[in-house]
Amino acid sequence: MNETAPLMVRARGVVKNFGAVPVLRGVDLDVHAGEVTCVIGPSGSGKSTLLRCLNHLEKIDAGEIEIDGRLIGYRRHRGRLHELKESAIARRRAEIGMVFQGFNLFPHMTVLDNLVEAPIAVRGRSRADAERTAAELLARVGLTGREQAYPRQLSGGQQQRIAIARALAVEPKLMLFDEPTSALDPELVGEVLAVMRDLAASGMTMVVVTHEMSFAKQVADTVVLLDDGEVVESGPPQRVLVDPEQPRTRAFLSRVQVDR
Amino acid sequence: MAEDIASGAIGGTVADPPRPPDSRRPAPREVVPLRHPGRWIAATIALLCCGFALHSVLTNPNFDWPFVARYFASGAVLDGLVVTLWLTVVTVVVGFVLGTVLAVMRVSRNPVLSSLSWGYVWLFRSTPLLVQLLFWFNIGALYPTLSIGIPFGPTLQTIDMVNLIGPTAAAVIGLVLHEAAYAAEIVRGGLLSVDQGQTEAAQALGLSPWRTFRRVVLPQAMRSIVPAAGNMLIGTLKGTSMVSVLAVEDLLYTVQLVYNRNYRIIPLLLVATLWYVIVTSLLSVVQYYVERFYARGALRQLPPTPVQRLRSRWRAVLAAPRRPAPSGRDDP
Ligand SMILES: Nc1ncnc2c1ncn2[C@@H]1O[C@H](COP(=O)(O)OP(=O)(O)OP(=O)(O)O)[C@@H](O)[C@H]1O
Ligand SMILES: [Mg+2]
Repeated sequence: MNETAPLMVRARGVVKNFGAVPVLRGVDLDVHAGEVTCVIGPSGSGKSTLLRCLNHLEKIDAGEIEIDGRLIGYRRHRGRLHELKESAIARRRAEIGMVFQGFNLFPHMTVLDNLVEAPIAVRGRSRADAERTAAELLARVGLTGREQAYPRQLSGGQQQRIAIARALAVEPKLMLFDEPTSALDPELVGEVLAVMRDLAASGMTMVVVTHEMSFAKQVADTVVLLDDGEVVESGPPQRVLVDPEQPRTRAFLSRVQVDR
Repeated sequence: MAEDIASGAIGGTVADPPRPPDSRRPAPREVVPLRHPGRWIAATIALLCCGFALHSVLTNPNFDWPFVARYFASGAVLDGLVVTLWLTVVTVVVGFVLGTVLAVMRVSRNPVLSSLSWGYVWLFRSTPLLVQLLFWFNIGALYPTLSIGIPFGPTLQTIDMVNLIGPTAAAVIGLVLHEAAYAAEIVRGGLLSVDQGQTEAAQALGLSPWRTFRRVVLPQAMRSIVPAAGNMLIGTLKGTSMVSVLAVEDLLYTVQLVYNRNYRIIPLLLVATLWYVIVTSLLSVVQYYVERFYARGALRQLPPTPVQRLRSRWRAVLAAPRRPAPSGRDDP
């Protein structure tokens, strides 16, 4: 869409093997700043793995990934890649928010503590300052007043909205979502997608792995179909989802649209 | 959700005064409870047995309760109790600090550290504590002197091992090293019980590995560490009695010294037993509250403590002075 905006994600030839099993076989991915990219594909095709490579939760075996123009996990020096120290990787990760299928909120902390932990530890904010931001974020995800609740006292949809707020609290430049609504009861999916729609409208760069085809159709600037560790097709949703070129895309779409 | 429905259905009768929505006391009904004669008979027999045992304990003159009472709080016994308590505290605190280090080494990605930790636990768990205590007590036979100096270089000072490691030091070293091996396994079990997603979420937020461990993993691991550690603490309290073989004057050794003089073995052993029981009971109460602390957030609603339960029952009694006694089951 916005081809002139700088690249937020630039992945080239990303290869990832688990033991002898290739899971990503040379994936290229471009995401411009302010764009929403939805990654779709069959189960086991490597969508989660690709997302985890983007913030270096997984080390890649070949290729390179740049986030906002800088390599992730490595430093280039005289034509060679040097692994970064944990602390340096952690600082880079703070620029990338991640939302998990299983929420992964910290169950022993209140909602407020979940939201202020990283801003204080990573961004060096004062507690009062972080709490003010937390209140704003809670308002943004529609959960004002739930500061003192523990995550398990909330519904799945509420927990996922807190998880989104927690990721936003570190002020990331890029947000990664790994099937954020797959663990939710159908009636709770809408509230989470609504928050994500708002976020997209506010100009956040997002990479979303999802099975919600209608969300992809309405919100995505680019849809990427991953199958067996390869990008099969990518382009605007109107093309990829409505009028795909590749037979594998058509096969996948016919399978997901049957149960809908 | 279910609670709303339940309280709505029950609170729905017109005659009922308005109640706070979470009070789930059922409206009084006429129910003839099922009788359980078998239970009554079994309970009576069990109580009779207890009664006989208690009677014999109280009346058998060989227990000599007045004598027990005289020695119970005597200076020597209390001194012994203090030694037992500080040995326990030092053993558990230092043992668990070392154990946590060992557990972190074990789960680390460094194969050398991991193997060292494994080897330590293997060695110290496969020899009896008694043997380890005697070993440290006799370490002087193995290394008669300790030299302080530059490794492979000149020696600055030489100390006799026998002077350095007396009975108390041998007891502390032996207890701590043995405790650390078990504590390492307890802590490791706790660390493994924390879902990997927690670490990933912390990493994704940019938290450092140390902060992730301290703020995210360890507090959640505590939930499974505390019950096992409480068990271990009580075991250690009693395990310290083994240092009496090194003539360290702990609770047991103190009463042994006394009965070696006056031959009142049973009453003096009772004195020690009573103290062990009292301290263990106190520790169990502490453990209950520590467990509750680390259960924060793990349960939707913490169950009330026994004290809270008593208090709410007491308040209910005060609030309804002239009502007939509530039947059997009561509100939580
Ligand atoms: N840690 C791992 N070790 C070994 N194999 C793994 C690991 N993680 C993922 N895999 C394998 O990699 C493949 C891709 O997994 P991935 O989770 O990326 O798929 P996915 O596209 O996200 O699937 P889903 O839609 O079910 O979430 C799968 O075959 C999986 O079994
Ligand atoms: Mg997945």
